[in-house]
Amino acid sequence: MHTPQTGIDMQELARRIDALRPTLLRLAQLQLRNPAWAEDAVSETVLAVLQGAQRFNGTSQLKTWIVGILKHKVLDQLRLHAREPTLADTGDDGEDDLDELLFKGNGHFREMPEHWADPCSELQRDQFFAVLEACLDHLPNRQGRVFLMREWLEIDSRVICQELDIAPTNLWVQLHRARLRLRECLQSNWFGAAPR
Amino acid sequence: MKIPNSCRDISGLLLAREDRSLSFGERLALRVHILTCRACQRFEKQTLTLRGALRAWRAHQDHDDPPDSR
Ligand SMILES: [Zn+2]
Repeated sequence: MHTPQTGIDMQELARRIDALRPTLLRLAQLQLRNPAWAEDAVSETVLAVLQGAQRFNGTSQLKTWIVGILKHKVLDQLRLHAREPTLADTGDDGEDDLDELLFKGNGHFREMPEHWADPCSELQRDQFFAVLEACLDHLPNRQGRVFLMREWLEIDSRVICQELDIAPTNLWVQLHRARLRLRECLQSNWFGAAPR
Repeated sequence: MKIPNSCRDISGLLLAREDRSLSFGERLALRVHILTCRACQRFEKQTLTLRGALRAWRAHQDHDDPPDSR
């Protein structure tokens, strides 16, 4: 294979892909919540990257380009498995005790919500992202998938309903619970935790 | 339709706002309630902080090359 002037050196590309692989796998797993599907998505991404290397425009960031491809491959996996019971599983998010935890019977907050300091300052950003990912990982599978479809794949709610063949009200409930749960997890493990 | 006016209702709208656009009535109820409710003011700030944090996380995952591959 010849090396095009505007393309990228194939050996260098292979090295960069190798370095990125753990990140790609982590992101795919966070979204798909199934190691086999995540592996498939990453393998297909690597293949597409190698096949499309000639078209890579050296001025755009390599990681941006590769993660963009990964997002498409991850969505393909979600579509492929959309009708499987593992994806439509229930029982992991049926409870409403989060509401109970936060509100009194009359609908008032049990406790005053705390002031949250900006978690993304240079000094603590990486630590915060680690906690955030742990909290995302902790979401029940169904909630986690729709939440990351919104917040990582950045798919419109309407389109998520079509892709997963679920009713909007069902989606709203899942997302509402995911957001409440994430808020609670971050309150306990970051914002309200002992000073670092 | 029941008018949302408890902190539970209003915080629900504040979360829903991240995923869908609120109706005129919902936006109005939200504004009126939040004007006088410190707890929901705080809750709203939390949702905005979280929105920014998720955006920063996404940008970090999607664009920043890890230092060792530079
Ligand atoms: Zn309130």
